Amino acid sequence: MIAVTVPIETPSVDLWAIAPILALVGGGVGVVLVKALMRRHRAVTPVAFALSLVSLVVAGFLLWHQWDLVRGDGPFSSMAGMVRLDPFAVFIGIVVGIATAMALLLSYSYLRREQLEAPEYFALMLLSASGMLMMAVANDLVAVFVALEVLSIPLYVLAAFDRRRLTSQEAGLKYFILGAFSSAIFLYGIAMVYGGTGTTSLTGIADFLARNTLYEQATLLAGIGLLLVGLGFKVAAVPFHMWTPDVYQGAPTPVTAFMATATKAAGFAALLRIVLVAFPQYHDDWQPVVWVLAALSMLVGSIAAIAQHDVKRILAYSSIAHAGYILMAVYADTSRGREAALLYLFIYTFMAVGAFAVITVLSHHGDADHTLDGYRGLALRRPVLGGLLIFFVLAQAGIPLTGGFIGKLEIFASVAQAKDYVLLVIGVLAAVIATFFYLRIVMTLVSAPDDGAEAVGDAAPSRRRVDGWVGIVIGASAVMVLLVGVAPGTFIHFARDAVFFL
Amino acid sequence: MTLAAYTITDTYFLVVAALLFTIGAVGVLTRKNVLVMFMCVELMLNAVNLTFVAFAHALDDVAGQVIVFFTLVVAAAEVAVGLAIIVAIFRRRRHATADDLDALKG
Repeated sequence: MIAVTVPIETPSVDLWAIAPILALVGGGVGVVLVKALMRRHRAVTPVAFALSLVSLVVAGFLLWHQWDLVRGDGPFSSMAGMVRLDPFAVFIGIVVGIATAMALLLSYSYLRREQLEAPEYFALMLLSASGMLMMAVANDLVAVFVALEVLSIPLYVLAAFDRRRLTSQEAGLKYFILGAFSSAIFLYGIAMVYGGTGTTSLTGIADFLARNTLYEQATLLAGIGLLLVGLGFKVAAVPFHMWTPDVYQGAPTPVTAFMATATKAAGFAALLRIVLVAFPQYHDDWQPVVWVLAALSMLVGSIAAIAQHDVKRILAYSSIAHAGYILMAVYADTSRGREAALLYLFIYTFMAVGAFAVITVLSHHGDADHTLDGYRGLALRRPVLGGLLIFFVLAQAGIPLTGGFIGKLEIFASVAQAKDYVLLVIGVLAAVIATFFYLRIVMTLVSAPDDGAEAVGDAAPSRRRVDGWVGIVIGASAVMVLLVGVAPGTFIHFARDAVFFL
Repeated sequence: MTLAAYTITDTYFLVVAALLFTIGAVGVLTRKNVLVMFMCVELMLNAVNLTFVAFAHALDDVAGQVIVFFTLVVAAAEVAVGLAIIVAIFRRRRHATADDLDALKG
């Protein structure tokens, strides 16, 4: 008998396509190693912080190069089609990278102030960010699932990071239970799609559906529905938003900033890729679902925020409403809509991180009390910080000359172009309702405080000094929000280039 | 009628998996004890594993069975983190039911 050796075909592995992810994973592992080697050395946290910043800068540099590469040579796939690098992925990667960098800078002084200094914090944030970058390039439902878990699992720990504060642990637990629940639903959706089409590759599904007509639609339709539910949880769309206010309120504020922006960008990256790449033939089936999600998110987010008394909770509901606007752009399903969705994610990152950064500085030691009463008269006592918070809040409301206005304008324009005037009216209505609670924050900030009440921002001056890193975050966010507002051309082109090959 | 008439097809497995998934989902939504909710999530994940294997058999495609390994790894990682959070809460208070977690509400 002759032994026949059959050569095993291995897929081509292009590490260049996942280089930024590797940089972040390397940084995360490096931070853990630093902790293991330096143990209780005094400088362990600063070294870990510096290392994480370096790995983020390297990742940013690699993303910048990838952008030039895919703009020049066009998109390409690697790792047996698991990974697809295109301008869209790089754009989302850049948004995630910016959000992570700003959250890291915010965290450093916060951790010191709250006596939570632990290098693991930085490692968790980098690993979570690596999952988000993976989500942006994932071109296979299994890769999307693994990326979803890689980004979620560190976030559960980060939300529960404040060991001394019960609300933080409660936030972590709630996020964990509902996150795991939504992952299971998402995974069942993958199983159904696999059963219906025989593949999990996004392009493979599209090819299969283009060449075959399914004899039996139910399995695939159930799969698409379950996928949308799973992603709805991740981007906090109504009716899958129940966890959002609790988790945003309880988590440490820098973590909230990270969750609200980077996770949202990654979630929408997966949502856009799945519905646009895999299921263009099922356009008529997923579009009404996204319509309902968008309308409900905008309305419920805006109306529920009015009844809240906690600034972090108000911003949580406002982030639900923002998810609704982006879903509106997804619904439009035109290249204008995709471009508007990306632009909004980009702008929202600066508006939200900026607002949460000011709140981080102003919060009491313990980071527990964020009631509106505590913020009364803040702009009178701390004109610069209060003024910037007003600016970020007004930008989220969509006041002209801020980035928020341009973002909303682009989204409304894309829906008008898609000729869905009902959704357009709902969107405008929600924006008007939202203005009410945004203005309520502004009025609270500028009204005279009650005598005797201990207010936010009143404590010992040494603790209230704005740390240099945090100053950079707040300043950069304000400049970007203003810049997008007054000179949107460059950024609109940037977003347009990003959706070109999608 | 002989016993051979009752062949167990892939559909049986899919139905069992759907039932398990539903039991798990209802459990997460209705049970109070955090540990039980957590086990219900695990039940859902294993129901999905069964679905994948059944589809892999029906489609005669090995990919579905490979996905199960990914799910197992993810589930193990989730267990580690989830139990750590639950233990951290147990240390501070005696009970861990969803009703006790009422510090956050709007």
